[in-house]
Amino acid sequence: MTVNDIVKSLPLTVVAGGDGLGAEVTGGYVSDLLSNVMGHAAAGNIWVTMQGHQNIVAVASLAGLAAVIVAGGAVPERETVAKAESEGIVLLTTALPSFAVVGLLYQSGVKGQ
Amino acid sequence: MNSEQGIALEYELKGGDFEIAGEASSKIKRVLQQIGVRSDVIRRIAISSYEAEMNVIIHAWSGVLKARVFPDRTEIIVEDQGPGIADIDLAMQEGYSTAPDHIREMGFGAGMGLPNMVRCSDEFAINSVAGQGTRINIVIRHS
Ligand SMILES: Nc1ncnc2c1ncn2[C@@H]1O[C@H](COP(=O)(O)OP(=O)(O)O)[C@@H](O)[C@H]1O
Ligand SMILES: [Mg+2]
Repeated sequence: MTVNDIVKSLPLTVVAGGDGLGAEVTGGYVSDLLSNVMGHAAAGNIWVTMQGHQNIVAVASLAGLAAVIVAGGAVPERETVAKAESEGIVLLTTALPSFAVVGLLYQSGVKGQ
Repeated sequence: MNSEQGIALEYELKGGDFEIAGEASSKIKRVLQQIGVRSDVIRRIAISSYEAEMNVIIHAWSGVLKARVFPDRTEIIVEDQGPGIADIDLAMQEGYSTAPDHIREMGFGAGMGLPNMVRCSDEFAINSVAGQGTRINIVIRHS
């Protein structure tokens, strides 16, 4: 499954990094603690968070994640969007709360790992 | 190439500067990608370098992050001027953090940075003098 498959079937808006939509998604991870993501998300995971500041881009890039979903209607800062664009990180937003997004991801076949 | 001829990278770090936080580690990652280091190895180097870099930004006043990339391994050395760590055993415990609330709100301060460095590295050493600063040495082998 690619990031694009997920974007097409869930209520997600692509706000940056559209060039990376073809990336394979290996699983999912949800956390608002950055070091927790660094320590436990696997390469190629899609990450659900409510953090919208620019440090999420470095985390996603260095941990080799497939995409970041900023959930709960949180609005990524302008610097976050710009950085995601320049680093080639797929940044998605949704009005759904984290719990609901993770439920839908699970239903569509993205497992935690 | 002589096995001790490496690529030397060096970056200045400034405490409290969250805007460029992570850039030094991102630059190291790009160099490793260019020379074709295995991606799972790059990931371990990037994660440990990022955690060490962030600790200077979060907890110290200033510092320098050095990477030495050899054919068989990468060494990360991070030295800072800062408050140092009085009780290293306590600081190494997962979940222990002295990060203030405004930094925790950004998602830092999970108390997992030092444990993540240990988990990602083949060799890890920490030296600290309370009131002066901290030095971290990390070695990650490429195979
Ligand atoms: N470079 C440093 N200078 C001063 N204190 C540090 C440094 N690195 C770590 N510490 C201390 O060790 C604690 C644990 O560090 P870490 O595991 O990275 O968790 P966190 O950064 O999330 O607090 C920090 O909260 C801090 O008290
Ligand atoms: Mg830390």
